[in-house]
Amino acid sequence: MTDEDLRFNVLNHEIVPLHEILPEDEVAPLLETYDIVKEQLPKIKSSDPAVKVVGAKPGQVVRITRASPTAGRFTAYRLVVEAI
Amino acid sequence: MNPTLTNQPKKIGYMEFGLLSPKEVRGLSATKIITADTYDDDGFPIEMGLMDPRLGVIEPGLRCKTCGQKVGDCPGHFGHIDLAMPVIHVGCARTVRDILRSSCRGCGKVLFSERIREEYDRILASYLNEGKDASVLAKKVAKDASNVTVCPHCGREHGAIDVDKPTTFRENGHKMTPSEVREWLEKVPDEDLPLLGLNPAVCRPEWMVLTVLPVPPVTMRPSITLESGERSEDDLTHKLVDVIRINQRLQENRDAGAPQLIVEDLWELLQYHITTYFDNQTAGIPPARHRSGRPLKTISQRLKGKEGRFRSNLSGKRVNFSARTVISPDPNLSINEVGCPIQCARELTVPVRVTPANFAHCQELILRGNDPEAPAGKLYIPGVNYVRRADGRRVKVTDKNCEEVAKRLDVGSTVERQLNDGDVVLFNRQPTLHRMSMMAHTVRVMPGKTFRFNLPCCPPYNADFDGDEMNMHILQGEEARSEAEILMKVQENIRSPRFGGPIIGAIHDHISGNFLLTWNFFNADAKGAKLPIEDATQVLARVGFRGQAPPVFSEKDERGEVRKYVWGKDLFSTLLPDDLNLQFRAAACPPGMSEEEARKPENDYWVVIEDGQLVAGGIDEKSIASFKGVILDAISRKHGNARAREFLDKVTKIGNGFLTLRGFSTSIDDEDIPDSAREEIDEKAAETRRRVDALVASYADGTLQALPGRTMEETLEMEIMRETGQARDGAGEVVASQVGMTNSAVLMARCGARGSMLNLSQMAGMVGQQAVRGERIKRGYKNRTLPHFRWGDLGANAKGFVASSYKVGLTPTEYFFHSMGGREGLVDTAVRTSRSGYMQRRLINALEDLKVAADGSVRNTAGTLIQFQYGEDGIDPTRSAGGEGIDYDFVFTEVERRSKKGKKGGA
Repeated sequence: MTDEDLRFNVLNHEIVPLHEILPEDEVAPLLETYDIVKEQLPKIKSSDPAVKVVGAKPGQVVRITRASPTAGRFTAYRLVVEAI
Repeated sequence: MNPTLTNQPKKIGYMEFGLLSPKEVRGLSATKIITADTYDDDGFPIEMGLMDPRLGVIEPGLRCKTCGQKVGDCPGHFGHIDLAMPVIHVGCARTVRDILRSSCRGCGKVLFSERIREEYDRILASYLNEGKDASVLAKKVAKDASNVTVCPHCGREHGAIDVDKPTTFRENGHKMTPSEVREWLEKVPDEDLPLLGLNPAVCRPEWMVLTVLPVPPVTMRPSITLESGERSEDDLTHKLVDVIRINQRLQENRDAGAPQLIVEDLWELLQYHITTYFDNQTAGIPPARHRSGRPLKTISQRLKGKEGRFRSNLSGKRVNFSARTVISPDPNLSINEVGCPIQCARELTVPVRVTPANFAHCQELILRGNDPEAPAGKLYIPGVNYVRRADGRRVKVTDKNCEEVAKRLDVGSTVERQLNDGDVVLFNRQPTLHRMSMMAHTVRVMPGKTFRFNLPCCPPYNADFDGDEMNMHILQGEEARSEAEILMKVQENIRSPRFGGPIIGAIHDHISGNFLLTWNFFNADAKGAKLPIEDATQVLARVGFRGQAPPVFSEKDERGEVRKYVWGKDLFSTLLPDDLNLQFRAAACPPGMSEEEARKPENDYWVVIEDGQLVAGGIDEKSIASFKGVILDAISRKHGNARAREFLDKVTKIGNGFLTLRGFSTSIDDEDIPDSAREEIDEKAAETRRRVDALVASYADGTLQALPGRTMEETLEMEIMRETGQARDGAGEVVASQVGMTNSAVLMARCGARGSMLNLSQMAGMVGQQAVRGERIKRGYKNRTLPHFRWGDLGANAKGFVASSYKVGLTPTEYFFHSMGGREGLVDTAVRTSRSGYMQRRLINALEDLKVAADGSVRNTAGTLIQFQYGEDGIDPTRSAGGEGIDYDFVFTEVERRSKKGKKGGA
């Protein structure tokens, strides 16, 4: 997705956490740490505004880094899936 | 069968739901049912009737005419009724509607052009590939296709399909008979069905219109014989009788060539009976009723809802090895224990596997029989109820056969021994809202008919003893027992996962007892209460104290004799671990008092514990109660749950012991205040009334200054509420100035045992303004609350100001207003419990299969990750310090203390 298409970049909003595409070579180690296959990751729709901004395609993994009331900062991962 | 195969856990590959075709229904059928009658005059079932013997057996002793088996073994067999005219199945009405809307009446094809059709096929393929639910797509197909007006395949016009709830379909306003609907559905080709969410292998749309009705086996609808010898049939049988009757009449009328109108009426009647046979709560039609007027319980009612098959019989079951009775308190038990009546213990059993090692013991147990007499000095010894032999046979043990059974006992049998002291059981009070509502206790069998437990266990169960009942479950396996002991024992649940502090703690008398024992009571020279050594010994004996005796000192008593005494603080210190160091403000400390002031020995509101010695301060709610208890919290964190349990057991006993010796009671006199104080409060009330009148007057003549953003009326109400609030607070201050710590009610309120100063000021001073929905009372009669007042009276008295105290008594109008306020509270509680109950159900259904995996991540049973680290910080709140992973204050003081100690030791 190009910048022209973005009327509003949600990632710039203060309550939207940082989304970024997880590089392809980091996916396998991630899955290995949790001993899972990709489909066992939490999902996020490709139509999600934040996913659109970072331009992630179905099958890619998005890393979300957010402020956590308990841990200070927390990293979560989500598998991008096709929107219905 | 191969045992290794049957023991293997199996995985369900997939499940498929389909419809029965008319052919299958006939194939399944043991007989055709043609007569509505059930039994003949001699009481024998009629052939081809609803109770045909080929449909299964319900009477013991008889054999099934179809399979030849006896009652427990014959599963029952279906029959069938051939319907004279087809009828729509209510359960399928919605699907039928969608199919009619999205397919062509002429050619039966889905109303998509080839191009759009291909697009949908592609999406469907990708859906199935990803294992997604294709019915989501079916909904979209039905929506898109129903907008098409002309069939792209045959050019036939597609009319609008309407539904008259529940089962009548109209095309462009013209009624379609079920036969017409069926003809239409027959035309829909197999290859179009997947788009509509159906699998043609198990479900053809025309099967949604019934031509033959399966008749469930009699085992599913048994008739019962009443005491009077009368037969009473099941609701389903009644309904089937109706169906058969109308079906017969319809057939006769149609065959006789009756007018169309009559046939149609009967047809609709048949539709009604079959609809209610499936679901008697269908919207739009009156429910079928029993002769008595009770609505019939038909198929869907058997399955649906809280009392239905799923929630009542499959998700939840009645269990053996459980007991239920009234609960009552017993302060002499440990918090880990539960008292169980002898009558219960004789019924409840624990399986004991007979091994060479315990063979003699088991024989001895059996020889006691099932109701052994307890030897001298004991009230109860367990006997044996059953012996389960290795071949699965169960032998009931009685006084008569016990010797025989004991002689023939062999290794490998299981002895069902009666409950004994020390057995681990689960103890539960409903509603089971959190995990502390079900905890493991060890049994103490005792006389009496109630379950008994110690008072600190009341808050986690939310139990009181006004008639509450609780359930007990006896664990039946070694694995279950050890798991319960490790995870569910009361001592393991002292700390709550909700806030990382103790939820089990001392309550009521324990707190006032300990406070009276340890507090200086304004005597700067004291170290708590002064106990004569005899009393101190009594208290220590009650605790079961062993070890270094607390320091004793001598003093002359009032008669001039020298006697030995022990200080209360020293007595309490015997309970504390030696390495405990704490300092904190006591709950009894008046708010706003400076630390310096609170530390003064005559005030004694600052608790100081050094090396396990209570140096200063009164032990109250803040130290030992649930939710707040700092000492309890520190011991359980530092020394573990077992030590915390020991402390709690002893602290409650020392509190009760001292209170028993000292004596403690509160009475109506505690609410007495001097006449002067009463007058002062009355004057305050009169002043408040005058001020309210002045406000009302200024409102009436428009001089009242409205607050920003408020209307005049709102301003007036707010000002009045403030006035009356001040009146009550003023009365509270007057009461507080008149009563001191010598007043039992005050003492209890201050140390946090029970009640509050507000309760006391309402009893002794003034009850204050009553409110409904946060406003002064305003409802009742036209323009006034009660006929005692003038229309439009806005004064204090007319709107729920209660100037009296509970002790003095309320005037009739005050009493009425107070009842209104009280009612609101009751209604709120009732509404809140039902709402939060449903919320909890939804929440638990959503979360029930989540668990924390070994690596600290949260996963569900499918193995999907839910959270990468539990709580994002991986901390178990139960073991946290108020939710934080590390209690920094604790660490700092500990390091500081140790470094000081190290220096001292070096010097």
